[in-house]
Amino acid sequence: MSQIDRSLGRAAPAAPPADIAVSVRGVSKNYGDVQALENLSLDFPRGQLTSLLGPSGCGKTTLLKIIAGLIPASSGSVEVDGRPVEGPGPDRAFVFQDFALLPWASVLRNVAFGLELRGVARSEREDRAARYIREVGLAGFEQSFPHELSGGMRQRVGLARALSVDADVLLLDEPFSAVDEQTRRKFQEDMLALVETERKTFIFVTHSIEEAVYVSDQIAILLPRPSRVHEVIRPSISRGGGGNIRRDAEYLDIVDEIWASLRSYVE
Amino acid sequence: MPPLSEVVVTLLGLVTTPSFLDALATTAYAFWAGVIVAVVIGIPVGILMGRSRLLDELLLPWVNIFLSAPLTALVPVLMVLFGFGMRTIIITTTLFAIWIIILNARAGVKNINRSLVEMSRSFGATPLDAFFKIYVWAALPEILGGVRIGVIRAVKGVIIGQLLISIVGFGALFELYASNFLMAEFWAVLIVLFALAFTLSEFLAYLERKIAYYAASR
Repeated sequence: MSQIDRSLGRAAPAAPPADIAVSVRGVSKNYGDVQALENLSLDFPRGQLTSLLGPSGCGKTTLLKIIAGLIPASSGSVEVDGRPVEGPGPDRAFVFQDFALLPWASVLRNVAFGLELRGVARSEREDRAARYIREVGLAGFEQSFPHELSGGMRQRVGLARALSVDADVLLLDEPFSAVDEQTRRKFQEDMLALVETERKTFIFVTHSIEEAVYVSDQIAILLPRPSRVHEVIRPSISRGGGGNIRRDAEYLDIVDEIWASLRSYVE
Repeated sequence: MPPLSEVVVTLLGLVTTPSFLDALATTAYAFWAGVIVAVVIGIPVGILMGRSRLLDELLLPWVNIFLSAPLTALVPVLMVLFGFGMRTIIITTTLFAIWIIILNARAGVKNINRSLVEMSRSFGATPLDAFFKIYVWAALPEILGGVRIGVIRAVKGVIIGQLLISIVGFGALFELYASNFLMAEFWAVLIVLFALAFTLSEFLAYLERKIAYYAASR
């Protein structure tokens, strides 16, 4: 059974998981007269993957960038491990929709770039980068340049870069929207494995309902104008074993249910 | 007009003479000093203009005015301000080269992919990190293009300086050969000058092509 909690972003979730890694409290964001986010509150349980799902313009990327400390909130606060976010920090790593790779640098340097900025010595950071390059399945491409790679491979570089800085929280901004459908499916499977092995908190922005239900422990549905949390869904799909998630009855039910609540907001 | 064969023979004899080598050294010194000053000031100013709206609005009209102004007409003013020596020739060279370098560096920064900047911030880059690891490299294709055109303009600047300010270097040779109707020598020096300018420009164009692979995919 899924526990659907119609919190509307105000009350705490009905059955909050004990350990909260990231907590967003009453965050609003205004661009001039336009209100991008209104009094939004949301908790992200540690070691789990939470999706921010919603139609375009619902402020999900804005919320992710506020959590990253890349843009300041107009009001409200974000806490990571109980410490307020005042800017980018080593406890969070970001994966960009357009990959954001340095086109003049090799895969190895790109993956090591986060560590380079943190002042890690060259040999150590290249060792660590090489390990994560293997982990994302790019072994042998260390000396290639981004323009020599396919879109899917480029995003693996972006993922390896975010993993190599060993942040507790991974922020992913529609990471698979610029790669083709088959690559995307492979990525989604890899994501599940990563959540399992890396024991990090993943916050994942997507506009794909299927993708969100497939990979998420918790899904926050955001609605636009003004942006707010419509509901928080915790699918209890069994991900262990060899069963195909996409044929799971619960998976199909939740996908339908989310579509029913979103369809009126899609023009 | 002397025939080309005569010019070539004169050229081969000329390039080993002490007076030619001396002129080459003097001109090269003024040229490189002027270019280096233009690059060292022009690139950071251009990058800062690309990043700061205020600085851009303050400086852009002036850069555009000086880019299109007939700088030769300014040389007498420079002589009044800075005297008749090598220093004024170097300043003239810099003034010919710097504006296009500034404008191109600025354009390079304006075209930068915003998410590269966000990426570096998210991984904790300081403003200095961002400048040297992101902005300079991202704008490099435009910067090199600007330096190439700036260098070509600097050749103009240094010769005009050496003709108008103090008659030294290649300027002195041109003056000497022209006033004595030594046309073969005159053309020989001109060909050497053209060849040097062309070689420099081609070298910079080669560097531009080497980084073209990422200019398209920024």
